[in-house]
Amino acid sequence: MENITGFTVSRRSILVSGTASIAVSAVPGVAAPQRHAKESGTAVTRVALTVNGKTQPLELDTRTTLLDALREHLKLTGTKKGCDHGQCGACTVLVDGRRINSCLTLAVMHEGDSITTIEGLGTADKLHPMQAAFVAHDGYQCGYCTPGQICSALAVLDEIKAGIPSHATADLEADPRITTDEIRERMSGNICRCGAYSNIVEAIVEVAETRA
Amino acid sequence: MRPFSYERAKSVTEAVDTVAHRPGGRFIAGGTNLLDLMKLQIEVPGHLVDINGLDLDRIEETAEGGLRIGALVRNTDLAADKRVRKSYGLLSRALVAGASGQLRNKATTAGNLLQRTRCPYFYDTNQPCNKRKPGSGCAAIGGFSRNHAIVGASEACIATHPSDMAIAMRALDATIETVKPGGKKRHIPIADLHVLPGATPHIETVIEPGEMITAVTLPKPVGGTHVYHKVRDRASYAFALISIGAIVQKDGTGRIALGGVAHKPWRVEAAEAELPRGVKTTVSAILADAKPTRENAFKLPLIERALGAILAQARG
Repeated sequence: MENITGFTVSRRSILVSGTASIAVSAVPGVAAPQRHAKESGTAVTRVALTVNGKTQPLELDTRTTLLDALREHLKLTGTKKGCDHGQCGACTVLVDGRRINSCLTLAVMHEGDSITTIEGLGTADKLHPMQAAFVAHDGYQCGYCTPGQICSALAVLDEIKAGIPSHATADLEADPRITTDEIRERMSGNICRCGAYSNIVEAIVEVAETRA
Repeated sequence: MRPFSYERAKSVTEAVDTVAHRPGGRFIAGGTNLLDLMKLQIEVPGHLVDINGLDLDRIEETAEGGLRIGALVRNTDLAADKRVRKSYGLLSRALVAGASGQLRNKATTAGNLLQRTRCPYFYDTNQPCNKRKPGSGCAAIGGFSRNHAIVGASEACIATHPSDMAIAMRALDATIETVKPGGKKRHIPIADLHVLPGATPHIETVIEPGEMITAVTLPKPVGGTHVYHKVRDRASYAFALISIGAIVQKDGTGRIALGGVAHKPWRVEAAEAELPRGVKTTVSAILADAKPTRENAFKLPLIERALGAILAQARG
């Protein structure tokens, strides 16, 4: 048992060391992170991002998406790469408080922007209320989509509060209300392959009720 | 992605001149469609001019009682604008029927109009596609064409325009404001912005190289009941099989624009005179020249029934 408890290499440290990137690159059709390219014509640009409150000056190939900048350059691997085409929502982060797909935007387009990733919300010892609610309600199985779900969920509650309508809003001129229909519709950009949707909705409802 | 150089635009005129004169120059704003296609090397710009810093993100009232929407106004902000929700409900409804919350936070008004088709054969670079590679053929014709055009298509292309917002803009008679290289401005009625595929499906709009959309204006509100009815394979976050943007007045007259049926938002103003005579005659007039494939012939009865539901809803 001593050996096991002393075994400190976590799945996360393996991911950061790049083993997973190599494995991913070997699978056809799966988007691999973009490394510093050596092709001719490669352009490098400086950009300073504020990530989870910390200014991060970077020198990046112009092709680097915000997602790859976070994962590959800043080693913030909490934000996940799913489809890399804006279809799954695993890469959802908050930019100046608004949720976006970090895979469909270039890092250089975010000079001076304030970016919040899952790492900026809570820690293992002090979970953000939304993280705690996901745990309490079993709002995941494998957990891969969870960082994106949580970032998206926080923005959803803010969007409803700000009066932004959705496809589920019955009366365009009235302020939208927090209902399960509204949450389901607004969370449709976050896919959960494990199908934890009903528990995800319960977690979000709980946070909304606590805040209200 | 192929390598590209990047700059942030300082002014509209400078950005327009850069894109017009620099080979492979392109504007980038929301980037949600362009970057998606760049990753697949369907779009291969050599130089990106980031226009996000330009002062084109406001919604203002016009002297004529309408609204002038800046090119960079995000889909979320346009859908949420109180004036839009009150007087152009169709536009709000169409916007929130499209994409996801994340994408609507990024996608812009101008970019939405200029987005490319979601034809799977356009996306699959192993397939011939006259739009992606002129002269290579069309794999959709004779292929899986369930979601393709039923009207206005050609022997070269049966792709549809994917926008929901543009359907509302078409019914609302929006006008597109642009700046051409050299600084000349022009106004394009939305009816003339998108073109049918003909023999040149790679040409999708009348926008010239380097020309930038700076705003979209809406004429003063026309009242009526506004409905955007979208039929899709999932309840949310899917492109339309068919969609109908409708404005129905109390006297039974109205405007109808169709999505998911053609290379452009489909509206036949003359056919709208048939509205008081019922759904069947109206749809027959709007889609008089329809040539569906065996796989998408279902769109005709689907449109008829969806319009029936809209008119019933409008009557209350």
